[in-house]
Order: sequence, then structure tokens, then C-alpha cells
Amino acid sequence: MIGLRNRLGSQPRTGPGSVMAAWSVLCLSLTAFDVAGAGEHSISGYVAGEARVFFHSPIHPGQKDEPELSLAVRPEYSYRSDTRDHQLRLVPFFRLDSVDERRTHADIREGYWRWLADDWELLIGMDKVFWGVAESRHLVDIINQTDLVEDIDGEDKLGQPMLMLGSQREWGEVQFYLMPYFRERTFSGESGRLRRGFVVDTDGVEYESGSREYHPDLALRYSHYLGDWDFGAYYFYGTGREPLFRFQETSESVVPVYTLIHQAGLDLQYTHEAWLWKFEGILREGQGDPFGVLVGGFEYTWYQVAQSSADLGLLLEYNYDGRDRIDAPPTVFDNDVFVGSRFALNDEQSSELLVGVTVDVDTGTTFGFLEAERRIGDEWKIEIQSRIFANVDRSDPAFGLREDSFLNLSVQRHF
Amino acid sequence: MNTLQQLHHPHKSVPLILAVLTVITTAAHAEEEPTDRGYEVAARSDRSDRGFGDSTVDLKMILRNKAGKETTRELTLRTLEIPDESVGDKSLIVFNSPADIEGTALLSHARILDPDDQWLYLPALKRVKRISSVNKSGPFVGSEFAFEDFTALELEKYEYKYLNTEAYEGMQCDIVERIPRYEYSGYTRQVSWIDQDVFQVRKVEFYDRRGDLLKILHLTDYRKYEGDVWRSHSFHMVNQQTGKSTDLVYSNYAFKTGMADRDFEKGVLKRIR
Repeated sequence: MIGLRNRLGSQPRTGPGSVMAAWSVLCLSLTAFDVAGAGEHSISGYVAGEARVFFHSPIHPGQKDEPELSLAVRPEYSYRSDTRDHQLRLVPFFRLDSVDERRTHADIREGYWRWLADDWELLIGMDKVFWGVAESRHLVDIINQTDLVEDIDGEDKLGQPMLMLGSQREWGEVQFYLMPYFRERTFSGESGRLRRGFVVDTDGVEYESGSREYHPDLALRYSHYLGDWDFGAYYFYGTGREPLFRFQETSESVVPVYTLIHQAGLDLQYTHEAWLWKFEGILREGQGDPFGVLVGGFEYTWYQVAQSSADLGLLLEYNYDGRDRIDAPPTVFDNDVFVGSRFALNDEQSSELLVGVTVDVDTGTTFGFLEAERRIGDEWKIEIQSRIFANVDRSDPAFGLREDSFLNLSVQRHF
Repeated sequence: MNTLQQLHHPHKSVPLILAVLTVITTAAHAEEEPTDRGYEVAARSDRSDRGFGDSTVDLKMILRNKAGKETTRELTLRTLEIPDESVGDKSLIVFNSPADIEGTALLSHARILDPDDQWLYLPALKRVKRISSVNKSGPFVGSEFAFEDFTALELEKYEYKYLNTEAYEGMQCDIVERIPRYEYSGYTRQVSWIDQDVFQVRKVEFYDRRGDLLKILHLTDYRKYEGDVWRSHSFHMVNQQTGKSTDLVYSNYAFKTGMADRDFEKGVLKRIR
């Protein structure tokens, strides 16, 4: 039986539970303010049934050798006042997993009040913020913590509590973030796949900051565009979202260690005809020697290939990471080339396929992936996803996942 | 004196020369160049739209395949009129249905001959992506409308030629051919029927890269709004080569709602919902 009672997610119990309660009260009372002016409410979201099948048997003790079935629910509630200056949004998320009790987890992805006035914006609550232009690695995307137990590509994120003050001007957009509560990364449990040889003991988590998860993290970002150039730059100071791992002899597990960092980031895109030229770079201090990381490349699209309505895109990106092997968190993107292709049918069913391969220039370690999706009727959607690990070198942080190539089928009902 | 004498005595032929010149220039005005007349008719239609300020409208898009089977999409279109004639209008399209693409949005800053500036918002990742807009002839969300059919129609994007006058659906119409001046168009030419009464486009024929008739668009249910602004509430586009069609039904038009440039900046995309 899935240990729902034991642990809902691997987060401190004070997190999502009490935030959700507080927000329900706040949202209801704010809605009361605007009762006279009605406004627009909307409810949407999806329910998804998923099956993940692994091509090889597991190699670490405790891992279960069976297909992983799960159910995910993600409703969305939005409210907007008539005068369009108040917005409320609530997006809870829940997954129930048949194999890994730590993959059974719940989160508030978004839960905020936004106030808009002239050129200003104030947001208080949990939100998801995306920064970046590259496809192979979302390098500059720092605000939200990765919900790693969802998927290993880093695109699934936990909600981030924040106060955000922003302003939109003719010379660009500026945003200031104050993040009073740190979300810890989620990891597979003992019975789960897609983990390294050791189990991550999240109860033993360590922080460099004496305030632990209550250290107020700060970020300031500027973004704008000029002609064909889109760009953004930011500065972050606070607890870095990527943990280091400290091995505990006694329990044969590792604990995550979160350190304080200073990080500056830049993202840049040049759009010209059918070309998109992309670059993301960061400089980080606080994890060993200061280091730089970059990802850069292009996306070129052939529109209406072979006289059909379909588009075919080619993606090529290079990843370089200059971090210290010991004092900085592990990464697989130290010196890698990514090649990918995007194929969109542009049909009524919005059928799309994305395939790609990342190869480590030094070791030859290869990750392949495939994502295909299609709408069925008006409300259903099917997604097929596969990740392949091949030729994984012993020195690679993903060495423990070398037998975890899988195929995932997701059937979604949207509403 | 007679003409021959005038030729030998130039100082006395000035009045004759003037008379001849007058006859020639009068004849030129009466027999106006089709390109000038075509431009005038198109300009009159384009200018009838001036001063709408900004608009919001809900669209229902009905896609019909050859067998008649229908799929529906719902969108909201917001437009901001940009007075500067060297650039085009700004527009924001937000998808409301089907449910899996709800919240997806496309922001465009139209230009005249250069490709538009466009950003796509993907709500699943909360990601704003600047995209290439050279894909003018691609189908807009799988419909029979191409991107270039949908983005703001600007007068200076075409060369015009007046063809004929004809009665169409009980209205006397000027028939004007228009040829895209901008790059990456999927059309070699279009032929539009513009009524002589309120100067609105009633029908358009689209010719593909081979010069064959590709699509015919009928614009009906025109209604007049404040400030003498006319809007069609029903577009019916039929692909003559495949038999598929797409209807656009417009409802809840609202003008001068107080929108400004800041409502059409890329930063606005993540604040839509």
C-alpha cells in the first residue's frame, strides 16, 4: 500500500499544508472585496493516468522491477476582477504512484494574489517563473526548485513562495523577488527508479545558512527586446537550488546540502528569418571556486516541408560547465553537444514530435529522448515520452541510471 | 492663322500648344491608371477603419473537413491601433479552447514589409518564446486561415490594380487585385470585392504560388459600430483545392477599452490569466 500517511512528498510538513490553508482564507476574503464588481472566475486543469515501463531490470537494492503506474491531478482556479487589476490563482498538484512512495506527492504549484496598477505589478504567494531560451538545458532558470521525482529533465518545478515587485516600462521590464521560504528538491525513494546507487535522505538535509529554509533569497531581473534581439539579465543571492550530496557512512545514504550562492545570469536570443540563435550563461560563486556555465546554439525551421502543412525544425546546442567536481553540485552537462529535431504537423490535433540526443564530448555518454503528443477529440490528449541512457561512463553522475531507460505513456483528460 | 502657319511661327502657336496639352491631361484623368485607382479603392476601405483605437472580440473558429466533420476553437483577439503608418497594429490572441491549449497566446507587433515581431506563450511551462514570423503561409492552428490572413491587414503591404466593377450579393462592388509586397507570402495574388457603399471587403480570392485559385473568403454580417467603424462578424473560408473550410464567428466586439502599448508587451503574456 502506498504510504500516504507516512510522507506526502519529501518536504517539511510545515510547507504546502499550512500555505494552502492560509491561502484559502486569503483568497476567499479577497474575493469578498470584489463581490460588488463580480469579475471572472474560471476552473480548468487536467487528470492524467500514466504508465512508465523500463526496458531493463533495476540494479540498485530496493528498486522494484515492475511498470510504474501513476495518477496525476492538476486543477487550476483563476479569478480576475472586472477592472483587471486583481488576480487570484490557485494550482494544486497531486500524484499517486504505484511503485515509489516518494513519488506520491502533493504541491501548490501556484497560489497567489496579483495586483496590477499602471506600470506596476505586485505578486504575493507561490508562483512558477520561467527564464531562458535554450532547449537542452534550462540553465538560467533559478527561481523554482526542481520537482525531480516527476521527471529528470528539470522542467517540472515546485511552487516558490515569493513577494515579487515588477515594473513594465518602454525601456524594459524589471522584477524584484523576495523569497522567504526555500523548497527542497524531491528525489526518488528506495523502491523508485531513476536514482543513483544511494538513497537521498531528505530528513538529514543540511543548509549553509543558519536560517535554513527561512533564509530570504533575493533576485533582481531586467529583460527587454530591441529589434530581433530578446535579452534578460539577473542577479540572485541566496540558497542555491542545486544540492551537493554528503555521504553518510552510518546509513549508506546521502544527505542533500544546500549552500549560499551569488549568481548572475544572462539569456539572449537573436531571431532572424527561420533562425533562432540562443545563448544562456551564468557566473556562480559560493560552491568552490567561482565558475561559469553556458549553453548556446540555434533552432532552424523548414516551414511547410514537402508541400505539406508540417514544419520541421533542427536544433543544435553546446553545453559547457566550468564547475569544481568536488565543491559544486554534480552535473551531466560539463562538455556536451545536443542535437534535436522538432516535427509539427500543424493539424487539427496539434500533433507534435520532439527527439534529441545529448552526447558528452569527453566520455561519449549519451542521453536520448523522444516526446510525442496529440490531442484526441476536444478534451483528451496522449503523450508518449522515452528517455534512453547509452554508453554511460563510470565518471558520469548519471552512471547509476544507466539501466533506467524507459517509455512513458500519459493519457490526459483536460477540462 | 491655320495650324501650318502656327508651326512656322512658334510665338504665335503657344495658345494651340496649351490647348493640346489641356486635352491630353484631361484625357489622362478620365482614363486613370488601374494601379492608382486600385490603390484608391483599397485605401478608402482601409481608412474607413481609422480611429477604432483598440478592440477586443471573441472568436469561434469552426474547422470543417471535406466530409463536413467539425472541430471548434475559441479565442479572444485584442488589437491596438498604431497611428504610425510605417508600422502595423499590435495584436494579442489568447486561446480559450480546446482545454489543453487554454492560455496559449500569440503576441504580434505587425510591421509592413519586414517580418512581424512575434512571441508565443506556452502556459504549461509559463514560457515566453520569441518566434520566427517568416512562416506567413503556414496554417493558423490547423485551419484554412494562414498566419498572413490573420495578422493585421495593412494597406502598404500590397500593390493594387483595379480590375472591374460588378454586382455581388446585391451590392455594387469594385474588384481590386492585390499583390503582396512582403516576403514569404504564400500567394502570388489576391482579388478582393469591395462594396461602393460603405467600402468594406465582401469577398477575397486567394491564388497560390503556382497561380491557381486556392481559397475563397466570404465576409458577411457587417455591423456598424461607433465612429463609423464596420466589422464583419462572419468569415467563411473555403479551400477550393481540398474542400475543407473554416468559419470565424465574431462576437462581443468592444472598442476603445483603454488599452495601450504596455498591454501589448511580452511581459504581459505571463499575466493573462
